Amino acid sequence: MANERIKARKIRVLPGFKLTLGFTLFYLSLIVLIPLAAVFWKTSTLTWPQFWHTITMPTAMASYRLTFGASFLAALMNAFFGLIVAWVLVRYEFFGKKIVDALVDLPFALPTAVAGITLAALYSKNGWIGQLLEPLGIQAANTQLGIFIALTFIGLPFIVRTVQPILEDLDPELEEAASSLGANRWQVFWRLILPMLTPALLTGFALAFARALGEYGSVIFIAGNIPMKTQITPVIIMGELDMFEYGKATAIAVVMLVVSFVLLLSINVLQWWTNRYNTNNLA
Amino acid sequence: MTPAATTCHMPHLVVHRHTTSEPPVVRRVLIGVALVFLSLFLFLPLVFVFTQAFAKGIGFYLETLHDPNAWSAIKLTLLAAGISVPLNCVFGVCAAWAIAKFDFRGKNVLLTLIDLPFSISPVIAGLIYVLVFGAQGWLGLKFPQLADWMTDHDLKIIYASPGIILATIFVTVPFVARELIPLMQAQGRSEEEAARVLGASGWQTFWRVTLPNIKWGLIYGVILCNARAMGEFGAVSVVSGHIRGQTNTIPLHIEALYDDYNFTGAFAVASLLAFLALITLGLKTWVEHKNAALNKMAISK
Repeated sequence: MANERIKARKIRVLPGFKLTLGFTLFYLSLIVLIPLAAVFWKTSTLTWPQFWHTITMPTAMASYRLTFGASFLAALMNAFFGLIVAWVLVRYEFFGKKIVDALVDLPFALPTAVAGITLAALYSKNGWIGQLLEPLGIQAANTQLGIFIALTFIGLPFIVRTVQPILEDLDPELEEAASSLGANRWQVFWRLILPMLTPALLTGFALAFARALGEYGSVIFIAGNIPMKTQITPVIIMGELDMFEYGKATAIAVVMLVVSFVLLLSINVLQWWTNRYNTNNLA
Repeated sequence: MTPAATTCHMPHLVVHRHTTSEPPVVRRVLIGVALVFLSLFLFLPLVFVFTQAFAKGIGFYLETLHDPNAWSAIKLTLLAAGISVPLNCVFGVCAAWAIAKFDFRGKNVLLTLIDLPFSISPVIAGLIYVLVFGAQGWLGLKFPQLADWMTDHDLKIIYASPGIILATIFVTVPFVARELIPLMQAQGRSEEEAARVLGASGWQTFWRVTLPNIKWGLIYGVILCNARAMGEFGAVSVVSGHIRGQTNTIPLHIEALYDDYNFTGAFAVASLLAFLALITLGLKTWVEHKNAALNKMAISK
């Protein structure tokens, strides 16, 4: 009896568990879960052939290829340059470093519509960058290249912000040990630092990729949305909605949701891997 | 394998310096590559917004912002942010309290659910509210009386402000919770438990112990939440119906001006949001600086 009472009191030292958890679950259900369930409710009103026909129609298939391809390449581009940016910000000193560091988050803070019209105007034929590219025969506005540029912009902070803290916590003694054992700088980077950064790099890559897949605002202005050529999947959903084809829009949304959930799951696993690596280093 | 063993003959000091940095040439090249990349993708667009905004002079700029449609967009955006930010703030504090201060089963599932709005395309976020509240929506089919009552009283959710507010709440759900959960988990429970044992009530514990501890994290979350709430485009675009002067938010008004080929006007309104983004980044850096200083103090104590 006495033991039980002590145990019970130990758990209830802090109040408000039922209240806060109850409110959390209520709010999440009301705002997120129940509306989200409507997607699956709506899909169930379609027959299987209807569903299959919708998600495999040529414009949708072309949009999957484009969305996946451009998102993947943009995330890859960010993985490379993001690593360099993170490295430079952590390891070197230069003029204006603090401002540069703060500005890295600009794509998070700048509304996507603003980014969209800015990139579209910058890369248009008369734009600052577009007029430099035109003599080279490169056109970014209304092409897949433009979509790639927009997705690179919005994915930029993810890699920098996941790699940066890991790089800061890296124990310099490991590098000193490696070089005193005869490794040159390149070997130290390639065989020691890069493997330790890999989980963070992969996490950042997955985050940037996931964000790019669903991106809408920053892409539509520069993309031109030409059917079969520069229509990303969210634009297809938007098009069906404009024609009040809610069933078709929902079917394509289900495809995107399934992909997002799989990505979310892999990001969680990756983050767990990153953290494990971290605590191993500390221990 | 490599003749790198020669480093062994070097004096100790030299080896030390070489291990922690690269040759100056490599350093300069890397800094150069990073700066060129960032200038191209960050500085240039930012400068471009403001130059374009004032391309037709300050008179045109003020005229664009004084337009009644612009005003109504600004008011609607402030309304949507004014409702969604406090709600998500309360939600974030509640979720963080439950998750950080107590142990229960399914915590990881709950964490994933809170993050869910981040991994859903904004267009789908808008779509789900159309499916629930729109014409032939789930609500109308399951509760026809309620739908009739709403039509009788001219209460519209989709293609009206309530839908815009709901979509804004949806996309900003995780911001505050995400900042507070790791922070409160790291701070542990001992301070609150001590306060309770010393006789403080639950509310006193929260106001006097927890809140001062999480103050900066909370502010940080609110700043990010507000930036997203005011800038949301995709989700709001689906539920808005694009009625000028009525259901356009600032980002939707920018799109409308851009589609009218009024580029200078579009950039003039966009400069408001770009300015907001700069303030957000400034505040964020300041809060981070404060936080780091506090951590340093805590460690030195």
